[in-house]
Amino acid sequence: MMFGVTALLLLVAMALGLVRALRGPTVFDRILAVNMIGTATVALISTLGFVVGRDDLVDIALIYALISFTSTLAVLRFGDHERAQRSAAARHASTDGAHGSSEGGL
Amino acid sequence: MELLRDVLSWVLLVGGGLVAIASGIGLRRLPDLYTRMHAAGMLDSLGALCVLAGLGLQSGASLVTFKLALVYAFLLLTTATASHALGKSALRSGLRPLEGVWPAPGEAQSVGPEAGDRPGGTTGPA
Repeated sequence: MMFGVTALLLLVAMALGLVRALRGPTVFDRILAVNMIGTATVALISTLGFVVGRDDLVDIALIYALISFTSTLAVLRFGDHERAQRSAAARHASTDGAHGSSEGGL
Repeated sequence: MELLRDVLSWVLLVGGGLVAIASGIGLRRLPDLYTRMHAAGMLDSLGALCVLAGLGLQSGASLVTFKLALVYAFLLLTTATASHALGKSALRSGLRPLEGVWPAPGEAQSVGPEAGDRPGGTTGPA
């Protein structure tokens, strides 16, 4: 009973986070929402382990926490890398004289 | 003793769920990325602590409780690092925090979320 209530509350919170992930104006809002949903998922998996009475699900929650963290960092690093490449290309173009200014890295 | 444990577990679990919902509402309603990070951090620290502590009370002194503590320790390390990386990456990309007073619902929305949240907008609202 109490685990079911907790799982329900966590699912509502995840739905609210999903709204932000779908509407988020910037890509960082989406990453933040996905990160928050990941944390809620860790708590949800642990709770579900108690609902169905299996201890193994706590291990899965542990692994999920680590993978979610790694994926967030990977996406952020990917964005940084792409932005650096693009600003380098803009700088290159501006030294060619094609463009007046090289600002606006994104 | 059994009753006390159950009551405490109820309070922690439902409290954690309510903190999670408050975090979701904040993520939905707050005006810009940096304030939303505050809302998300609430679930990462307090919400997860309440839920996992409530679960740990139910499982007693066992390996499962140790694993739950391990999960929370990992969450403490990883979510702080992820939030730091996210904030640094957003700031470097030129996303400025909103400044000034958020307008009341009746006023003109000239400083609305669209003004500060343009992807890659290099200027904040005046």
